[in-house]
Amino acid sequence: MRVRNPKDFWAGVLFILFGTVAIVIGSRYNLGTAARMGPGYFPRILGILLILLGGIIAMRGLRLDGAPLPAWRWRPTLVVLGSVVIFGLIVTTVGMAISVVILIMMASSASSEFRPKEALLSGVLLATLAVGVFVIGLKLQVPIWPAFLQS
Amino acid sequence: MELFNHLALGFSVALTPINLMYALIGSLLGTLIGVLPGIGPVATIAMLLPTTYALQPVSALIMLAGIYYGAQYGGSTTSILINMPGETSSAVTCLDGYQMARKGEAGAALATAALASFFAGCVATVFIAAVSIPLSELALKFGPAEYFSLMVLGLIGAVVLARGSLLKAIAMIVTGLLLGIVGTDVNSGVARFDFGILQLTDGIGVVSVAMGLFGFAEIITNLESQEKRERLASRVKGLWISKEQFKAAWPAVLRGTGLGSFLGLLPGGGAMLASFASYAVEKRVAKDPSQFGKGAIQGVAGPEAANNAGAQTSFIPLLTLGIPENAVMAMMVGAMTIHNIQPGPQVMTSNPGLFWGLIVSMWVGNLMLVVLNLPMIGIWIKLLTVPYRILYPAILMFCAIGVYTINNASFDVSQTAFFGLLGVIFLKLECEPAPLLLGFVLGPMMEENLRRAMLLSRGDPSVFITKPISAAMLAAAVLLIVVIALPNIRRKREEAFQEE
Repeated sequence: MRVRNPKDFWAGVLFILFGTVAIVIGSRYNLGTAARMGPGYFPRILGILLILLGGIIAMRGLRLDGAPLPAWRWRPTLVVLGSVVIFGLIVTTVGMAISVVILIMMASSASSEFRPKEALLSGVLLATLAVGVFVIGLKLQVPIWPAFLQS
Repeated sequence: MELFNHLALGFSVALTPINLMYALIGSLLGTLIGVLPGIGPVATIAMLLPTTYALQPVSALIMLAGIYYGAQYGGSTTSILINMPGETSSAVTCLDGYQMARKGEAGAALATAALASFFAGCVATVFIAAVSIPLSELALKFGPAEYFSLMVLGLIGAVVLARGSLLKAIAMIVTGLLLGIVGTDVNSGVARFDFGILQLTDGIGVVSVAMGLFGFAEIITNLESQEKRERLASRVKGLWISKEQFKAAWPAVLRGTGLGSFLGLLPGGGAMLASFASYAVEKRVAKDPSQFGKGAIQGVAGPEAANNAGAQTSFIPLLTLGIPENAVMAMMVGAMTIHNIQPGPQVMTSNPGLFWGLIVSMWVGNLMLVVLNLPMIGIWIKLLTVPYRILYPAILMFCAIGVYTINNASFDVSQTAFFGLLGVIFLKLECEPAPLLLGFVLGPMMEENLRRAMLLSRGDPSVFITKPISAAMLAAAVLLIVVIALPNIRRKREEAFQEE
């Protein structure tokens, strides 16, 4: 058996996985009856449906030809998502100004055209903008500077 | 006469200074993101949704709606001047608009696009006002069985008219429905699929799903491909249309408006479908089809009218039935829910100021766009010279701050990043994210109506096919799937989406 259309095949596998998770975790919830559906009824229907659909899609991936999987360069994914997660984790302690500069610097480095000085300048400008609009203008409950700098 | 009273009420709401201001902000932001490639209306609405918490609901919705139709104007500007559609719905405008610009008729093309859009916007506004009342009266007669079947039809229709694999799209809907029921079940109080995470008992936020799947995933794939963009903007000399051009364009505008208004009504419809269909129609009815692709003014006028009309009339199913028909409307459901408005036929009666104010604001916003946009074209083109390496971190920043401010919680930011990762995987596997978002917002409503319908029928599932309206809608959904699955039509559908 050979995978002829990897995009379809793996999409099908992914849907089967989602459906299985729905059914396994959903089995903890009371199913109820058709007339009085419990919290487990609808997820069960959806899970079965998803496994069926995923199965058909994966089967088609085995039988019909298709394009190969596109290459996945991990760097942009990791750096972009990582920079956002880190921003979320540090913004309350480090404050808006510095977190934005870190976010912009880190996110910019995902590009192959990364220029550190330019990114720093853009980061400082955007941090000023963010503090002006969000903290001062829209009065978000986020400090501007780290706590230890404030009396 | 009732219609005029309603419109008068709408004007009294839409013309207050504060709402005028938000209509302006929304349509300008819409134009901006329409000009900029790599960020669409869905991600922008997700980004701005958190900042609208403090606003009056009507102001918030006016601004968010402005983003959608504003994007249609902005997208056509870049299509004409630099052959690069800022939005998918203006992709066809490139074909003849850019050719007109190369012939030195950029001004005429831009003016045609703007005036055609404005005309279509005016007609669509009246059309919405006229159709909404009977439709919402019909919807008020719907019971849970009818509603459930309507949602099935809406979801199926949305994927049939969208591009890509039908099976995958349906699987994406089901995945969306599952994500939609994460959180505490209202009937039993059981926290479902919370994976032991406290924050998930409140459910997953629509902002996180939309921003991750549409915003982050898009940026990441753009970074991977690193396409080079040419930036050779044509000179714009004089924004006027000759008599001959006007004569050639206006029938196309009328056809485009009609077609767009109708297609906007259908599930899965909206701006993109309307513009593609209109281009195909214009090419067919033209006396000299060989001119298409070489700068035929009809090829600009028709699709531009159609995409704006379609963008606006796609609000009809949302406002009257509570059913979003595309991803942007799904975001509007999210916005209404955040402001404690349950979308559906009762909005018109319980909240007439909001309903008519929103509709009239679309007309007002269109007027602002036509007046403001033409003089501002120079600024938009300047913005395009900002390289992507500077642009995308700024977009990320607005996304991160936006999602953080929903609950002041870093959990929401991580959750959004998770959906970004999921979005990248989906794009690699060629699974369109839009059906997932539709399923996501409809999930809880669908389960609730299914439960109620089955409770009323005492567990007899035949209720869905013994009630005539419900049966008709389910039959239509099945028919749609069967028709699309026929090999002949499937080929036609693929061709229709490849016409670029």
